[in-house]
Amino acid sequence: MQNNPFKGIVRLFTSAIGRILVSIIVPLLTFLVLWQGFIFLRDTKVNQFLVVIVAIVWGVGGVMLLYYVTNWLIEKLPKEWRNRLQPFIFVGPALAILGWFLAIPTFRTLILSFQDQTSRVFVGIDNYIFALTDRIMLEAFRNNLLWMIFGTFFSVSLGLIIAVMADRSRFENLYKIIIFMPMAISFVGAGVIWKFIYTYRGEGAGIAEIGLLNAIVIVLGGTSQPWLQQPPWNNFFLIVIMVWLQTGYTMVILSSAIKGIPAELLEAARVDGSNELHIFFNIIIPTIKGTLITVSTTILIFSLKLFDIVRVMTGGNYGTNVIANEFYLQRFTYGNAGRASAIAIILLVAVVPVMIYNLRQFRERKAF
Amino acid sequence: MSKKQKSFKNQKKVSSLFVNGVLIFICLIWIIPTLGVLVTSFRYSENIFQSGWWAAFPHRGYVETREINIDPSTDVNGPITIDGVTHSFDEWRNGITMPDGDRYTWYGNKRTLLVKVEERKWLGFETNLTLDNYKDTLTGKEISFTDGMGNTIVRKGNDLGGAFLNSIAVSIPATIIPIMIAAFAAYGFAWLNFPGRKLFFTIVVALLVVPLQIALVPILQDYTKLNLNGTFLAIWMAHTGFGLPLAIYLMFNYISTIPRELLESAFIDGASPFTIFTKLILPLSVPALASFAIFQFLWVWNDYLVALVFLGDKTRVVTSALAAIVGEKGQDWHLLTSGAFISMILPLIVFLALQRYFVRGMMAGSVKG
Repeated sequence: MQNNPFKGIVRLFTSAIGRILVSIIVPLLTFLVLWQGFIFLRDTKVNQFLVVIVAIVWGVGGVMLLYYVTNWLIEKLPKEWRNRLQPFIFVGPALAILGWFLAIPTFRTLILSFQDQTSRVFVGIDNYIFALTDRIMLEAFRNNLLWMIFGTFFSVSLGLIIAVMADRSRFENLYKIIIFMPMAISFVGAGVIWKFIYTYRGEGAGIAEIGLLNAIVIVLGGTSQPWLQQPPWNNFFLIVIMVWLQTGYTMVILSSAIKGIPAELLEAARVDGSNELHIFFNIIIPTIKGTLITVSTTILIFSLKLFDIVRVMTGGNYGTNVIANEFYLQRFTYGNAGRASAIAIILLVAVVPVMIYNLRQFRERKAF
Repeated sequence: MSKKQKSFKNQKKVSSLFVNGVLIFICLIWIIPTLGVLVTSFRYSENIFQSGWWAAFPHRGYVETREINIDPSTDVNGPITIDGVTHSFDEWRNGITMPDGDRYTWYGNKRTLLVKVEERKWLGFETNLTLDNYKDTLTGKEISFTDGMGNTIVRKGNDLGGAFLNSIAVSIPATIIPIMIAAFAAYGFAWLNFPGRKLFFTIVVALLVVPLQIALVPILQDYTKLNLNGTFLAIWMAHTGFGLPLAIYLMFNYISTIPRELLESAFIDGASPFTIFTKLILPLSVPALASFAIFQFLWVWNDYLVALVFLGDKTRVVTSALAAIVGEKGQDWHLLTSGAFISMILPLIVFLALQRYFVRGMMAGSVKG
């Protein structure tokens, strides 16, 4: 019986179907139940507090139930079946969601990027011609380049300097918490905070500048300026916000790398009479090179996708537009899905080298 | 102590002073922007426009002490002499510092014939503070306030209170659901054998840096077809989908390092993978779960783009409500600052209370784009 090839094929076939069933049908059923419930919740007008609690319990409980029920069902099956299907209780829902929300959309966006704004007619590479040659897009590319170069340079070098210095202070943790705190603040919140710093009221009798930057400029004998409306310098005033937000991140990661440098290495250099600057450039930097590259890459990708700060501060006006904002404008303001998709594909292509690098690292680690 | 050691010690002292000095300076720059917003959020809107927020701290400033009525027979078009000092009307209008340090300013137009005298004095902390700004931002009802010119303005509030509740309704499930799904998946990848295991995990690693813009257009199409836009479910699923690669990756790194012997004895006892997962793996992975939970919570709470796209203007979360204040009431700083602070308060508390876990999660996840 075991050698019956026909049975083997049937078994293979049925178990494949079973796997698909577990991975797709069960999450789908859960989704259907939750879906109708939420459309009901959205359209009702009861106490908001109640809706929030019901929503949380319903959502979290529903997902938990999904796992319990599928497992219960599969444990009822014969052993052979059970062993084949069980792994898919665990990875099935994750694969279904990743497929729906990231993997398949990548290909759908690729197709959309060759279609017109209504996503019905194929227009060839028109959208890419727009995305790569239009004046608006070229400006966005230039600005993203500014963000990537200066934003990354200042966040990483400032983070490195603070990490090295804080390592020598007794109050290391206090300093670090302060620098790190903006990480908890949303970009929109940070936008308001810095908008207040840059605010400009102009000249006139009895008008006081209430923005810190203009107040400082006036004390130093200058005249107040509408900082955010003067291209190209306004880009740098926006980049400052990102540096303020991200330096905490680079500092923490680099700091732990610095603490990993063997103390004997530094001691030996000091005994040899090297000064601190020499140690910094010839020992610390080469030792943490790998971490420096990782951190810089993370910030680079981050500045490539930057959206919120520009959206809140200037809306992309006054020559501050960036790629992600133009994506938003194309899709949601002008309703052009084709152009938006082409821009999204360009963003994707820009991160492909990092993706390949990650995959290569992963393969070298031999985690599997 | 030898001379050399002594000089080395002195040198250390100087360098420590230098290091701390520079760090304190940087920290001040880092704190001042937030401090300004915090102080402003407690000031009356007319005060906000009269002086910068730093005026709420002790400083030397001009205080109006008396008024001088000008003799009506004075020729206001020629040079005007007040208390022995002569200037033209325009100069008086802009304010003149007198020899004794007082400042005289002509008030109003030429016919008012009134000069205000201000003395330079030490001023203490501003005591004229209020909580009304917070009340005004939290409510969705009509609010009224006085603007910089002294006019009373009536506006509709931005209902940040409701937005706060919505943010909670979005963030809690959008944190728990991906962690749950990711923990199950990570266990499956780490300890169970199934066809396609390696391929699927390679896809997870590849998806780590994919920008979420790539998914917005097609997903929005799906949601429109399913009539899902504006529901909490829609945004939870979106956040789950976008957060899953990192979550699975982090949980896998952690769960795959759990000692094999620990699990093997359970397998021998005949426990099912499900029991092993819930009874053994989950309790053991609490540190990793907590790290990612904080990471994801802050990310979801502070997210603006995903909420903007999938929830729209009907169901606003704190970030989109704050952005709406920026758009509608960009100069009403008393509302903007208090709104900004309301949006920051919860993540700041979570962050400060659990920053150790947060840092750990961040270190492990520094590959994410």
